Amino acid sequence: MTAAITIGVVTFPGSLDDRDAARAVRAAGLEALPLWHGDAALRGVDAVILPGGFSYGDYLRGGAIARFSPVVGEIVTAARAGLPVLGICNGFQVLCEAHLLPGALVRNAGLRFVCRDQVLTVEQAGTRWTSDYSTGEQIVVPVKHGEGRYVADPATLDQLEQSGRVVFRYSGGNPNGAVNDIAGIANDAGNVVGLMPHPEHAIDELTGPSADGLRMFTSVLQALIAA
Amino acid sequence: MTRVVVDVMPKPEILDPQGQAIARALPDLGFDNVTSVRQGKRFEIEVGEGGDALDVARRAAEAMLANPVIEDFSVHLAD
Repeated sequence: MTAAITIGVVTFPGSLDDRDAARAVRAAGLEALPLWHGDAALRGVDAVILPGGFSYGDYLRGGAIARFSPVVGEIVTAARAGLPVLGICNGFQVLCEAHLLPGALVRNAGLRFVCRDQVLTVEQAGTRWTSDYSTGEQIVVPVKHGEGRYVADPATLDQLEQSGRVVFRYSGGNPNGAVNDIAGIANDAGNVVGLMPHPEHAIDELTGPSADGLRMFTSVLQALIAA
Repeated sequence: MTRVVVDVMPKPEILDPQGQAIARALPDLGFDNVTSVRQGKRFEIEVGEGGDALDVARRAAEAMLANPVIEDFSVHLAD
């Protein structure tokens, strides 16, 4: 009998959506293991989620301090060796600050914190976190952020677009002015994905606008079973 | 003890909506001739004796205080 597949969910000081992420992991039939920011230990998990929230109060820049946590050092090493890593909102910011993903997230162009249900187009179903979607599929997932505008220099942008590393795009309205309506991207190998929207808040129709987000968590299950 | 200042500004190509909001508000206060405002951050760092304070500040800026994807920085000794 194989051991249960386990997803680590990191808690930083100020993380908000760690428990929601863990709930989504369990809803997908996997086990969730809390990982503490101060421990340089991944405890044998099969994948890691960096959740949403306001780690260190977004002081300096969102994710700028969290990225130096002991646990993130371990995550960077493991991600480079192929560990699936998902960064949601503040987690996406941490991944960019840690240079696991290119570009940066800055203040929303309209200066307002936006909290709403958002239509996204799945641009890339070939990552470890999106294999249960179809390319071109539209899903509804909440966004809630004040610093979610994705920016990158033209060369990086071209690279992302040409190589299919844009994973999600905002549809029917861009909540933050992100360049090319980019809502989420992946690294070259497709094991590291970051997105501003919150799939963990769209896992059942009782508590979210849809159950569309659940398949991000079931996708990684497929990747891990196949491994 | 040496005090060093690090100034961090958004790169020119980065849209700065906070600066724009400030520039829009200034005319209401009688500042008719302000054509642009960009908002940045200033860090004041105290470095102990026995080191190159400017170098320490520069390396701190490169490592953490500024995000080189979106920000430029400069360092100088405090007055």
